[in-house]
Amino acid sequence: MRKLITILVLSVIVFSSCVEDEVPALQNTNVSLNFKHNWDGTTVTNANFNTIQYLTAEGDELSIERLRYLISDVTFHKSNGETIVVEGYNLVDVTNNENVSYVTPIQIPIGTYTNVSFTFGFDNTDNISSAYTDLNSESWNVPMMMGGGYHFMQLEGKFIDNTATETGYQYHTIKAVNNTDPMNLVFQDTFFTVNLGEVIVHNNSSVDVSMNIAEWFKGPYQWKLNDWHSMLMPNFAAQVKMYDNGQNVFSLGAVN
Amino acid sequence: MKAIFYILVLMLFLSCSKDDSSNSSEYVPTPLALKVPPLFTQKILPPAIPFANPQTVEGVALGKKLFFDTILSADNSQSCASCHAPANAFTDASQFSDGIDGVFGNRNSMPIFNAAFNYDEKFFWDGRSLGLEQQALEPVENPIEMHNTWGKAVADLQNTTDYPDLFQAAFGTAIISKELVTKAIAQFERTLISGNSKFDKHLLGTATLTPQELNGFNVFMDETKGDCFHCHGSDNNPLWTDNIFHNNGLDAVFADLGLGQVTGDPNDNGKFKSPSLRNLVFTAPYMHDGRFNTLDEVINHYSEGLQNSPTIDPLMKKVAQGGVHITTQEKADLKAFLLSLSDYEFINNPDFQN
Repeated sequence: MRKLITILVLSVIVFSSCVEDEVPALQNTNVSLNFKHNWDGTTVTNANFNTIQYLTAEGDELSIERLRYLISDVTFHKSNGETIVVEGYNLVDVTNNENVSYVTPIQIPIGTYTNVSFTFGFDNTDNISSAYTDLNSESWNVPMMMGGGYHFMQLEGKFIDNTATETGYQYHTIKAVNNTDPMNLVFQDTFFTVNLGEVIVHNNSSVDVSMNIAEWFKGPYQWKLNDWHSMLMPNFAAQVKMYDNGQNVFSLGAVN
Repeated sequence: MKAIFYILVLMLFLSCSKDDSSNSSEYVPTPLALKVPPLFTQKILPPAIPFANPQTVEGVALGKKLFFDTILSADNSQSCASCHAPANAFTDASQFSDGIDGVFGNRNSMPIFNAAFNYDEKFFWDGRSLGLEQQALEPVENPIEMHNTWGKAVADLQNTTDYPDLFQAAFGTAIISKELVTKAIAQFERTLISGNSKFDKHLLGTATLTPQELNGFNVFMDETKGDCFHCHGSDNNPLWTDNIFHNNGLDAVFADLGLGQVTGDPNDNGKFKSPSLRNLVFTAPYMHDGRFNTLDEVINHYSEGLQNSPTIDPLMKKVAQGGVHITTQEKADLKAFLLSLSDYEFINNPDFQN
């Protein structure tokens, strides 16, 4: 009888020894932010690049050849005022269709959030020259003569200028700098917070973030590419206008 | 009953053990870490080394021997080094290189350094090879280069007295294949790291640039002047290239489609890989077709020689005026800065000589 009991005990041990710990009831989840792009409602992917086909509010016809931008510090806001800040950043590269989905590197409690936000670009705490090897490897830096740190966006392509010539444009956004006096750079912040609004986070939630590219040229400043198409990084006034126009670029899409 | 008891006990001890059935007799060559310069470690991502081809002492030694050995060519007259010489930062001084039959190609031989940091691993001017191992496959059979067959090259290697043992040491087998040959060459090529120019030393605080070199760096970084940094790295990207493909305004009509020939996409026509600006003093002539003999010609091209075409990169500015028209002094300063990226230690490194 003792042997039988021993065998039974061992059997239990054998058959239970490799069972993994029970997974507790799911409370937290990763959230995927999917960055999608459109031109006043018409979907834009890299398949639509390189062809002059978009019309700005000013009436300029343009193409897109390169689009990549930086977002950082995705934040989940609870109704009680608490926030969950996802430290980190994501370089959305539409040109190569890379990093267009950003999965939060930390898990987020399932539930309802009154707002999900992120920073377009880097805030001043994060915008540290040379600090990020992956961004350096992407040549995403801003020269020190313009204050250093990193680009926020590179939107490039061609437009038909007022001589009917296809002309390149480089809509690069950085922290605005007046470098008229190289020894006394004057800055103005141009990163901004994008508030997407209420999001209910389910298990493995997928949140679409839409960028209407046309808004960069629409308002409040109706962009005139003939006036401002090149060498805009050291153009303080242009950078401030980009910041103003950027306020209406992003919106919340589907949440699943 | 006793039997059942012992079986269960045995099962208990076996049930959770990991599979450690690896063959203890499997040969493992000696791992070799790449010598990554301090600036690279500080500023950019680690080198990209294929999981299937780790760096080893034996593999690199074999790759070096193969790189300098003419045995890979059909008539034993050319090695990789014939067109990729250490003294020229692993390119040559010709506009186009001639193969074993005296036939010239239509592309300038590319220098080889810092290939381990080409993260996308697209090689050749048109990016047609994915990975150094793939790249190294091509010249052996190219009829205007080594004009050999891999079958003959492998057989010749197999029939030597020393190579089978060297492959045994590098890969654990004396049976030679083209895949192992290119793996070894790729390992050697990944060791070719250049990161000790005067400008590197300046960034590390161990050398001082002249005022002209500093002015030239400012021209390079100024978006209203050279604006070179968007494609060619910066003090924060010591590769001095983005390893991306651009149409830099060389031609209005393309004799060579470049990337477009590879992708079949007309939007890629006329695009070629940005070369690194390191070691320019050793790598003339310049551009994918070696059309410019001097750095002055290169700088003049960007300043006032741009040609418009449908795929010209938007980063090329003032194309209608031929370029940004920097001054004569700015050109001289820019040239002085570019030459400060020359790494004499690299071309003289005994590890890289035959």
